[in-house]
Amino acid sequence: MNTETGRHPGLNLGSGHAEAHGEAEALVFGFWVFMMSDLVTFGLLLATYVTMLDNLASGPGPKDLFELKPVFIETLVLLTSSLTYGMAILSLKHDPGRRLRPVLAWLGLTLMLGLAFVAMEAKDLHALLAKGGAPQRSGFLSAFWALVPLHALHVSAAALWLVAIAAQIWRFGLDTPVKTALLRLGVLWHFLDVVWIAIVSVVFLGGLA
Amino acid sequence: MTLAGLLDAALGRLDWNALPFWEMVTHPNASSIINGLIASGAAGIMVLGTLVTIWALTRHRLWGMLWRDWLTSLDHKKIGIMYVMLAFVMLARALAEASVMRTQQAVGLGGGFLSPEHFGQLFSTHGTIMIFFMAMPFLTGVINFVMPLQIGARDVAFPLLNSVSLALTAAGAALVMASLLFTPFSTGGWSGYPPFTETGYSPDVGPDYWIWAVTLSSLGTTLAGMNFAVTIYKKRAPGMTMFRMPLFCWTALCVSILMIFAMPPLTLATSMLALDRYLGFHFFTNTGGGDPMLYANMFWLFGHPEVYILILPAFGVYSEVISTLSGKKLYGYTSLALATICIAVLSFTVWVHHFFTMGQSASLNAVFGIATMLIGIPTGVKVYDWMLTLYRGRVRLGVPMIYAAGFLMLFVIGGATGIVLANPSLDYVTHNTLFLVAHFHNMLIPGLLFGMLAAYAFWFPKAFGFRLEEKWGRRAAVSWIAGFILAFFPLYGLGLLGMPRRTVAFFEPAYLPFTLIALVGAGLVLFAFGCLVAQLVVSIRERDDRRVPVGDPWDGRSLEWSIPAPAPEWNFAVLPQVETRDPFTEAKEQGRAYRSPEDYEDIEMPRNSAIGPIVGVAGFACAFGLVWYMWWLAISGALLSLGAMLARGFARDTVRIIPAAEVREAHESWLAMVRATPRIPRHEENTPANLGHAIPASQEEQS
Repeated sequence: MNTETGRHPGLNLGSGHAEAHGEAEALVFGFWVFMMSDLVTFGLLLATYVTMLDNLASGPGPKDLFELKPVFIETLVLLTSSLTYGMAILSLKHDPGRRLRPVLAWLGLTLMLGLAFVAMEAKDLHALLAKGGAPQRSGFLSAFWALVPLHALHVSAAALWLVAIAAQIWRFGLDTPVKTALLRLGVLWHFLDVVWIAIVSVVFLGGLA
Repeated sequence: MTLAGLLDAALGRLDWNALPFWEMVTHPNASSIINGLIASGAAGIMVLGTLVTIWALTRHRLWGMLWRDWLTSLDHKKIGIMYVMLAFVMLARALAEASVMRTQQAVGLGGGFLSPEHFGQLFSTHGTIMIFFMAMPFLTGVINFVMPLQIGARDVAFPLLNSVSLALTAAGAALVMASLLFTPFSTGGWSGYPPFTETGYSPDVGPDYWIWAVTLSSLGTTLAGMNFAVTIYKKRAPGMTMFRMPLFCWTALCVSILMIFAMPPLTLATSMLALDRYLGFHFFTNTGGGDPMLYANMFWLFGHPEVYILILPAFGVYSEVISTLSGKKLYGYTSLALATICIAVLSFTVWVHHFFTMGQSASLNAVFGIATMLIGIPTGVKVYDWMLTLYRGRVRLGVPMIYAAGFLMLFVIGGATGIVLANPSLDYVTHNTLFLVAHFHNMLIPGLLFGMLAAYAFWFPKAFGFRLEEKWGRRAAVSWIAGFILAFFPLYGLGLLGMPRRTVAFFEPAYLPFTLIALVGAGLVLFAFGCLVAQLVVSIRERDDRRVPVGDPWDGRSLEWSIPAPAPEWNFAVLPQVETRDPFTEAKEQGRAYRSPEDYEDIEMPRNSAIGPIVGVAGFACAFGLVWYMWWLAISGALLSLGAMLARGFARDTVRIIPAAEVREAHESWLAMVRATPRIPRHEENTPANLGHAIPASQEEQS
């Protein structure tokens, strides 16, 4: 363990958690590295989307398919979920030690917002199919369907992870593995926000521009 | 549902036609019988090998040992060894395939004996195996074993993830092996270019085997790269600053970063190809708005950094070997580290040189051609540094040094042909000929395989506690070098004469002498592999004559040589305090080596875990199900993996404490043995007198 570099910056673990800090050092850094790898994936899919924008094969294009209003609402929901996740981490720091923990309430709210985002997204995709926007229709639609649902899949996986961590809190309380897991899930949750902003800018706004 | 319907759903599209001998039985003719016999023979060897292994494990009651001590172990050294074993098994198969291809081309004037489909499968499996299931496991295994020891760590940052990475790689390898019995494999080459690999042209299971095998390996490699990078950044011993790390660790770090950033494009390319094939997407089709060029870009965005993932670890090994076996500190350490970083960065800027002829503008080709030539500069720096390390050193021509010497000469020749190919106008002439095949084998065999074999000879004593036999080792090394020259230098000539790569037959008599010489070379390479097997057998049989319990058989310079051989589970009884480069050499020179530490502490080690093997089996099942449209199997495999990961989140009892008293007893008894063991000079290195207690080079000169 590399002691002189000190504690991992940005961890709200509270005082008296030297052990948790030590573990978080490598774990959270490792998760950041993992996210960087995922960033390459999303970056390439965005690049693919841009190169495929004109490959419509005389099928529908962005102007026939996209609507900004639901996208705007989804964005608000997802960004709010990041805020509530931040609140969850803050209440982790100031945990009162009661059985009924505020951190669980914030996590529950985050989960609901995340699931609402996925549900709205699913509805949009369904509407897209109804407009003749199936992925088999054209290269452009293939690129769209590989990118946007992959993001939704990430949010769903993060939601599943959140439930698993909540179950661990219920079973073990706020022990070190739970805390470091929450820190890593936080990195993922905020990362998915950033990716969504990129998707909105490139796929929807860029596609309609 | 009827029974037949149920069976159909269970087996998907798997039927009798998948068996390698079915065609020969149902449609017997000369060609189908010859090809059927070869394919069935290969499948038979695999099945027989599996059965003999199962029988031997049962006969000697070794299943429990295999499960407890190896498969579920999270010890980075054992995981490293298992990676290398996987690499050797896959090397055997891919070498056999290479020999069949060489034989075909030696008699291929006007026909030969192989069918074009069979030949296509051979070069596809050969390439896929050599890159993804021989080279990658070999270098990952060596990094796994050596790097934590060199930086003074007790394990990698994420031991369980390490086991999962190995399992995913092994699952991919198993999938390629399964394609021997349930044929066919892809005929699309190791790079799997669409539109040929799309359903329109390759409707069979071949490309699906390739897609899922490569995807499994790619995921395993991404995770391994993350693990290594975090280990190097976060787990170095106190005082081990970046610029005190042995050079092998620098190459390991650069390789890890390349893995993190270069594997996602591959995973994405194979996944998009899978979406095309399974769900009718239009990424790479030549209809419906698809763009096959997109695949070429994505694949080589991975593929070129991959070349340096393959070669950099060998550069690290050569740096260690040349320095240690010359008894000198590495010349130009800083320039070597910086050159490694340079190569890693430049590797992302050259991918277009793999398809200069695909129609982009001349200016773009020129940019990528120049970027490619630039890589020759840091590589040249390295070659000079190695030569200057040898200069006035007391060079011992041990097996690793023979490989290093062969590498230095052959790699420079291969590099020179690379500069030729980097020029787009010359590339137009040689593109898709055997000249290219000769070039990349010229880089990868000396620049990867020789390095890994040198590492195998160099660090084997640290892994198992005894040295490898020298004579068979030398025979192997010399035969590898000579066999390589004979097998591949004629291919340069053939390429310049215009012979295209990947052709089953040819009609130009002028090619014949070259293909015959290449066949002799292939025979010599097979002999070299036989020598390696003989070496291992002899070494194990006579291991008592070559034990090196003190742990320093070569007068080593870095931390891994300061601990017993075989290394204890915890690596270091007390974490070392590092003050210089070559810390062990300095400790020996100043008489500080092998001292008892002031105090011992409890050591925390990870407990065994079955998650790795479970994910491996589940990954294989999922991939095999996807290949054959056995959806129930694919879904079960995926759910099993997911379930295993979720369940792991609830595991709390994951570490084991080794009490200080136990560590003290083991370490003190080893230290007592060290004091009782005579030190030996270098000229006795390969005699039974070498118990691993070395006189440091500087003191030997004085005496």
